[in-house]
Amino acid sequence: MIINESKINLWSKLGSRATFGQALLSVAEDNPNVLAMSADLGNSSGLKPFIRKYPSKFINVGIAEQNLIGVAAGLAKEGFVPYVTSFAPFLSMRASEQIRMELGYMQFNVKVVALGSGLAMGFLGNSHYGLEDVSVMRAIPGLTVVSPADCTEIVKVVQVAAHHKGPMYIRLTGGVNNPIVYKNDYKYELGKAIKLKDGDDIAIVCSGTMVHQSLQAAAELAESNIHAEVINMHTIKPLDTAKLEALVASGKPLVSVEEHTIVGGLGSAIAEFLTTLKKHVPHKIIGLEDKFGKTAQYEHLLKLHGLNSSGIANSVRLFLDDL
Amino acid sequence: MKQEYCESRLKKIAGEMRTTMIEMGYACGTSAHFGGGLSMVEILATLYGSVLNYKVDDTRWEDRDRFILSKGHGVLGYYAALYVFGLIGKKEIESYQQNESEFIAHPIMNLYFGIESSNGSLGHGLSLGVGIALAAKLKAKEFNVYVMMGDGECNEGSVWEAVMSASHHCLGNLVAIVDRNSMQNDGESKDIMNFHSLEDVWRGFGWNVHSIDGHDFGSLKDSLLPMPNTSQPTVIIANTVKGKGISFMENVASWHHGTLTQKTYEQAIEELRIDIHDNQ
Repeated sequence: MIINESKINLWSKLGSRATFGQALLSVAEDNPNVLAMSADLGNSSGLKPFIRKYPSKFINVGIAEQNLIGVAAGLAKEGFVPYVTSFAPFLSMRASEQIRMELGYMQFNVKVVALGSGLAMGFLGNSHYGLEDVSVMRAIPGLTVVSPADCTEIVKVVQVAAHHKGPMYIRLTGGVNNPIVYKNDYKYELGKAIKLKDGDDIAIVCSGTMVHQSLQAAAELAESNIHAEVINMHTIKPLDTAKLEALVASGKPLVSVEEHTIVGGLGSAIAEFLTTLKKHVPHKIIGLEDKFGKTAQYEHLLKLHGLNSSGIANSVRLFLDDL
Repeated sequence: MKQEYCESRLKKIAGEMRTTMIEMGYACGTSAHFGGGLSMVEILATLYGSVLNYKVDDTRWEDRDRFILSKGHGVLGYYAALYVFGLIGKKEIESYQQNESEFIAHPIMNLYFGIESSNGSLGHGLSLGVGIALAAKLKAKEFNVYVMMGDGECNEGSVWEAVMSASHHCLGNLVAIVDRNSMQNDGESKDIMNFHSLEDVWRGFGWNVHSIDGHDFGSLKDSLLPMPNTSQPTVIIANTVKGKGISFMENVASWHHGTLTQKTYEQAIEELRIDIHDNQ
């Protein structure tokens, strides 16, 4: 699929789910084994164009996420490449044991696409928020966990996933009018973090929607003469440890930023790796507190939890002040 | 390839399977799942002896019928079937429940030996079977998919998600077998979670239902082949005796997972020897 400026702008407007649907439609044109599956959220997954074009390649199992994973595993066993969709907590927690057995243990080639993760579900509330999904999915051996930074990266991940042999958990964050991180096509590789900005004073390692917010935060910090390097750690498992090791070697303090609980997510993954190194740098995990919070519009929630650009910049300043 | 049905041969095989199970269970020196393995011996003997289409020398044959042991704890019976029908050898049997073995208390997927999936956690196998049966339909393949479950396993909610999806997707190539030995880990199923009519529940979800004596080869042979040209999945509710064939194990909950002493081992082997002799 050709990626150009007009498509990037369109995908951003459509948001993460509709972009996923467009990407899968494109992937299915090249790969006859690609299937779309859902637990009664096909329309909410941006799959309407896919279903129109390939009605026999869309399988709905009804509101039954455990069966969704099991059936997808059976199809994958016979050579199909199913992309399954539902909201993040319903896949990562209600069906976590199916993901553990069928995808982790048996390694069936299923792509789990978690919709509306983080706080994007707004007034639908904590039942629908993806607060802990990375933590749960990351703990399962053999599962690749990815959190794309923007809609263009969603397209890249959906494309790469079709060729990557092995189960994946693809975490979609953000809603419609998703901010653009990548204005042009670029090289994407699973497990290889991408440096988006140089900076000598601190490194911000982030994923999902927090990449855009962190870039904005870095711009705000630059006004106070604090220069931040920004790294898009789109693959949370396997973590790009070489990149982290290089960061630590540079001696810069490190913050990680994620739209996820501070328990077990990207920050925890980084902290776990840092314990294996001889050299240490200060590391602060910026994310959601370990509690169920209030419900509000998405933008309001980001601000409330300090996960908008000014909140992140503020946390970085406080962190640096304490060093 | 599929073998001709011969009741006397299957009876002999059932005896060999039970003897293998007792030998394995005793030799491993630890506790083993005897009850739920012994209850499904005739079912597995009939499946591997006259129903399943498979090739011993080409276990990955694309058109083979698929068999999923969803009640993974019945693996002692499964290994015995794989052994008697030539899919695994003495070496594998002797490694049962030895440290780092691939042949443990639940199946580990190994296509080389014809083991289609890893199991152990209940309520997974039927969903997997639904997916495989759907794949066969999408690829216009003729093979059938068999999923062996327990009646206790039907306590799991995920089973019913799979049951409803199989009939919705018109999977006439899918056969579920419920080994209804009417017992589970904590005792009798009627006391733990009573299904007032398992048959009616499956029928209500749109399945063809056969309720048969799960130790009767003739009934098994007649019901295990899916009806031709049907779009409905089929379930066989096989009424069985937990621990079947060993007097002190039959209908005794503690033999769900128990340990043989030298004395009980010798008694079990003697009972099987007499039974095999009487059937000749």
